Amino acid sequence: MTARRTAIPEQDAPLPIDGRDEKAFGFWVYLMSDAIIFALLFATYIVLSGNTAGGPGGKELFDLKRAFAETMVLLVSSATFGLATVAMVSRDSSGVLRWLIVTFLLGAAFVAMELGEFRDMIAQGAGPDRSGFLSAFFTLVGTHGLHVSIGLIGIAVMCVQVVMKGLTNPVASRLYRLGLFWHFLDIVWVAIFSVVYLPGVLDG
Amino acid sequence: MASAQQQSGPTKRTYGIGLLLAILLTAIPFSIVAFGLLPKVPSLIAIAVAAIIQVGVHLRFFLHLDFEHTPRENLAALFFATFLIFIMVMGSLWIMFDLHHRMM
Repeated sequence: MTARRTAIPEQDAPLPIDGRDEKAFGFWVYLMSDAIIFALLFATYIVLSGNTAGGPGGKELFDLKRAFAETMVLLVSSATFGLATVAMVSRDSSGVLRWLIVTFLLGAAFVAMELGEFRDMIAQGAGPDRSGFLSAFFTLVGTHGLHVSIGLIGIAVMCVQVVMKGLTNPVASRLYRLGLFWHFLDIVWVAIFSVVYLPGVLDG
Repeated sequence: MASAQQQSGPTKRTYGIGLLLAILLTAIPFSIVAFGLLPKVPSLIAIAVAAIIQVGVHLRFFLHLDFEHTPRENLAALFFATFLIFIMVMGSLWIMFDLHHRMM
């Protein structure tokens, strides 16, 4: 067993951002269970993806350019959250705030693009009630979008905490876990474009 | 790679390398599909390989996992989750597609 850190009395002690405290481990276990939820939604999607019930399939509905733009926005937002973490290590709270705001804007742009995609699909009669394929699509991609939206709330809360409390150990530890969550969502999105969008456009 | 192994903590460099590799591993499968560079089955294999490598890149450069610094319990949880995912996803797909085949 690795010794786990519980409390750091000294101000100069390293920030609790190496994943060795109990909260980070607990959060990690939550992320793994969340990964299992997503994996089962992927399995559901793959089983149902051929069941278009005479309605539109992936080839007609998916816009590769939009999916690529969404991917780029999310990838860059993961890197900007990383820069917030780097700023946190050097205890630069204005840097943390700046990169968190950039990450928030990128995440909000991603959610806006995804909602636009959903709206367009529903407008052309391809809502979640159209076919098994579309039910599974909206459940899987919507669950990811909901996670990103919750992450946005988390980023907003952490911005307020950085301003109000400064980079204290509890704030740094929360920010570290939020970063894990944000990077994890990027991994789920990699699976989404590889399982949903690219094969969908490929075989229609 | 030896110097990257020592730098397991968050630095601008690790995020920069991670972002570049992730963009590259995204651009490859998207261009294969967008420009029709490969037939269907090789395309699907290329997409899967790029995705698996990219997940590794994210774990290494964004989540800073490695075999030296990451607590063993975290790695054990990750491997256990991967194992469960493999059993549940592969098992579900096997059963459902077998059933589909038998219903035809």
